[in-house]
Amino acid sequence: MNTFARTAGLSAALAALIATAATAQDGKTVIAVSIPAATHGWTGGVVYHAEQAEQEIEAAFPDIDVVLKTSPSATAQVSALEDLTASQEIAALVILPFTSEELTGPVEQVKAGGTFITVVDRGLTDPSIQDLYVAGNNIAVGANTAEYLAEQLGGEGEIVVLRGIPTVIDDERIQGFTEVIDGTNIKILDIQYANWNQDEAFTLMQDYLAKYPHIDAVWANDDDMLLGVLEAIEQSGRTEIRYALGGNGMKDIIEKVMANDPVTPISTPYPPSMIKTAIYMTAAQFHGQAPVRGTVLLDAPLITPENAEQFYFPDSPF
Amino acid sequence: MSITSAQVAARDRSWPIRWSDAGPFIALAVILVLGALVNPSFLSETNVLNVVTRSAFVAIIAIGATFVISSGGLDLSVGSMMAFVTGIMIMIMNALAPSLGSGAILVGGAAALVVGALCGAANGLIVTVGRIEPFIVTLGTMGIFRALITFMTDGGSLPIDRGLRDAYRPVYFGSVLGVPIPILISLVVILLGAFLLYRTKYGRRCAAVGANPEVARFSGVPVARVQTLAYVIQGLCVAVAAICYVPRLGAATPTTGQLWELQVITAVVIGGTALRGGKGRIWGTVAGALILEAIANLMVLSDLVSEYLVAAVQGVIIIVAMLVHRFTK
Repeated sequence: MNTFARTAGLSAALAALIATAATAQDGKTVIAVSIPAATHGWTGGVVYHAEQAEQEIEAAFPDIDVVLKTSPSATAQVSALEDLTASQEIAALVILPFTSEELTGPVEQVKAGGTFITVVDRGLTDPSIQDLYVAGNNIAVGANTAEYLAEQLGGEGEIVVLRGIPTVIDDERIQGFTEVIDGTNIKILDIQYANWNQDEAFTLMQDYLAKYPHIDAVWANDDDMLLGVLEAIEQSGRTEIRYALGGNGMKDIIEKVMANDPVTPISTPYPPSMIKTAIYMTAAQFHGQAPVRGTVLLDAPLITPENAEQFYFPDSPF
Repeated sequence: MSITSAQVAARDRSWPIRWSDAGPFIALAVILVLGALVNPSFLSETNVLNVVTRSAFVAIIAIGATFVISSGGLDLSVGSMMAFVTGIMIMIMNALAPSLGSGAILVGGAAALVVGALCGAANGLIVTVGRIEPFIVTLGTMGIFRALITFMTDGGSLPIDRGLRDAYRPVYFGSVLGVPIPILISLVVILLGAFLLYRTKYGRRCAAVGANPEVARFSGVPVARVQTLAYVIQGLCVAVAAICYVPRLGAATPTTGQLWELQVITAVVIGGTALRGGKGRIWGTVAGALILEAIANLMVLSDLVSEYLVAAVQGVIIIVAMLVHRFTK
């Protein structure tokens, strides 16, 4: 009897404790953010901007609590979603899914609990799950760069291309680029994978330089790779290459653009800060009831010396 | 199949290389001839220098791996360790640059060697004192080093101080009498490695321990010490590779050295070192590293292969090279 009474007392105390904890949070709307861990430059940028957004939003709207969780793999992200939803009532979920297929089911589960779903960058296989979709435009990244290049080269010349890791993102950039180039007299001498890796881009560019005695321009579909390309060109001492362009708007390349670099005069943004757009918009839905349901496709305008300042984040790792 | 230290010693006296050990060199020669046929610029001076210079990293690390593997161990952590050492080195150099100027490069290089040796010692001690399979130990440290470099770079890149860049650049891009410095550095490492493995008591003990640790122990060989030292040598080689690597792109990133461990192990095994231990081939390892780099280079220079199939063709060539090696024995 005694044990029973004690257990009962303890449970009551515990229940009271849980209740207070719950009421302490009750006042706040929780926005959960689930993103990939920083494993390379671009995701490093996503983590940085998500952390910034968390601080800024919590400071601006005291009634909103942003909970940030990074995951190193798709499986880990699924577990993270379970943890996020098990421990608290979340009003909204902002998610940059690792892969579309694996995350669709788990996100649907979260949605079933009445949570507002914001999907960023990589879409889910079932778009009806999301309330808000924020993404960059990979086709425009390729196409805008190609249009600039075609104009500068006067529609003539021989170029080489470095592509990233075989994924939809890479395919779309290459598609956007080649579609525009096909309409000109520019010849693409070669396209090979360098896996969005500086080292591999360096060696691939060395090989291109050995293979082709004359190259007018290079397009690496990511600024990380462009750094490797520039190093290889410098080492070769070749001077006929008029343009070496990248994409993504990495800060090192933006600095070149700002300095009016003749070989790399532009970049195109595919900003990791789009996670911030998504978190801010989701917060607007809950704080000010501003309607945000729909699709936001960020454009990829050319980054030029005139507007480079707006795309420059000196403190971001990317 | 196990080879005792006496046999290894006997083989050393018939040095230079026996016909049965010529496999990797024949394979390399075949690739060079094929390459020249596919694209004449394959054998151009610039291209050859590029390929050999590039292979320096894998070759230097693979020299260390030859010791680890021939002594019966395995080190999967080398790629991540290289990235980690690179990161530490850059941080130290950047911190000292304002006070020491270019002298910071020397301190950074020395620090890299110390850190590399310590990382290797950690691997070795966990394997020998902890008595855990090297595959598991180094799989663990591989994750640890990779996470540390990701942490140090915030997932982005950790660039070297601009002021040091110009002073340090020649270590990768410079040359002495037309020979690029990384090639000279690898030659020194290779010669030291060959001397240590073929001409010293330690080298013979390495092979003996790898062939049969029990027999070696009964013969009075300090097995744990020999094995641990092999990992330390590996760590030092990784550090030397890092010293050559930093001036190339001037930064460490979370993808630095990714999957290099597989290239290193492939180079060692193509070179004729037995993966189960007991037999080490320094010059074979060098040929293995050159073969890997030459194949990759040839894939780009030829227009024969779709960009989607490059990795498959590389895999086939490696397996064929190993089969040829097996049947020429």
